[in-house]
Amino acid sequence: MYVIIAGAGKVGWNLARELIAKDREVTLIESNHGRYRVVEEELEHAVQYGDATELWVLERAGIQRADLVIAVTGDDEDNILICQVAKEKYGCERIVARVNNPRNLPHFKLLGVQPAVSATDLILRLIEHEVPEYGLVQLLALEEEHLEIIELEVGKGSAAAGRRVQDVVLPDGSLIISVLRHGAGFVPKADSVVEAGDQVLLILDPGIEGDITPQFAPNGAEGS
Amino acid sequence: MFILIVGAGRVGSAVAKRALDAGHEVSVVDSDPLSHERLDKDQSTTWEDAGGRFTVGAALEVDGLIDAGIEEADVFLAATRGDNTNLVIAQLAQRQFNVPRVVVRVADPGRAAWYAEQGLLTICPTQIAIDQAEQVVLAP
Repeated sequence: MYVIIAGAGKVGWNLARELIAKDREVTLIESNHGRYRVVEEELEHAVQYGDATELWVLERAGIQRADLVIAVTGDDEDNILICQVAKEKYGCERIVARVNNPRNLPHFKLLGVQPAVSATDLILRLIEHEVPEYGLVQLLALEEEHLEIIELEVGKGSAAAGRRVQDVVLPDGSLIISVLRHGAGFVPKADSVVEAGDQVLLILDPGIEGDITPQFAPNGAEGS
Repeated sequence: MFILIVGAGRVGSAVAKRALDAGHEVSVVDSDPLSHERLDKDQSTTWEDAGGRFTVGAALEVDGLIDAGIEEADVFLAATRGDNTNLVIAQLAQRQFNVPRVVVRVADPGRAAWYAEQGLLTICPTQIAIDQAEQVVLAP
């Protein structure tokens, strides 16, 4: 697998290191000359100097045969255009873009640059996971596929507590796929009983969370 | 026509003034409030008194573009100093706001040519300079 990474900042440099350690062929592209020289001392021929938004720089790096292009510069416009060109001009099927400012995320989507990864969003998700303010944590959103996986705590006295999985009232387009109890997880059968205090993972069509949470809210309270 | 111009540099401000003189409605966006001076320079009245609009906003901030009237624009000109900014906002104007005519300044001839093939009206000052220099240098 041949990987081109645009931007040799902390993210790009470490990605390159990790991928090289996994025996991937990697070319890293950096437009700041000082930074390039620092990185070049370690990565040698695996880093090239140039502006990855310019077509000839991508072509010199061998974009025509790249299996994966990762744009992780500190500039969202650059990341969008590098991925757009990689995909639409050079037919690279797999791209990954870094979103520096989460407010720019819609621009990535509009121009077909997906997946787009935002460190801010990732950290926010982790915070929600550690501090589940609403009792619901979104674990994974497969936007292209219109599916998401969420985690919910089964509240004490909730409608779901003490019921078999098949008896938990859930809207169409949702399914309990895993139960976490005392730090261990299992895949439930239809007759497995859900207990208060369990964490359940559900896969669902995005947008119907509001119909699901009341089943798990403690003492019949309205979940948010 | 209603013309929205992003980037009040030499090109953007000059085109804005000419378009206003020609009787069009013109709105200009620039991240630098001081760039407004270019619109007033050599004019008998201020830009606003002459009927022009000016909004301070970063090019990628959609709110600023909406304040400047992108939803009603007939023509959009992306003329900031950054090629990449111009190419992204031009595509936003085209795909998100459905502006009928989108013009984008791109200094890099390679990408100007490719994005022109993708349906953007690109203007490449570098290519124009190359062509002119070639004519002059190689003149018999």
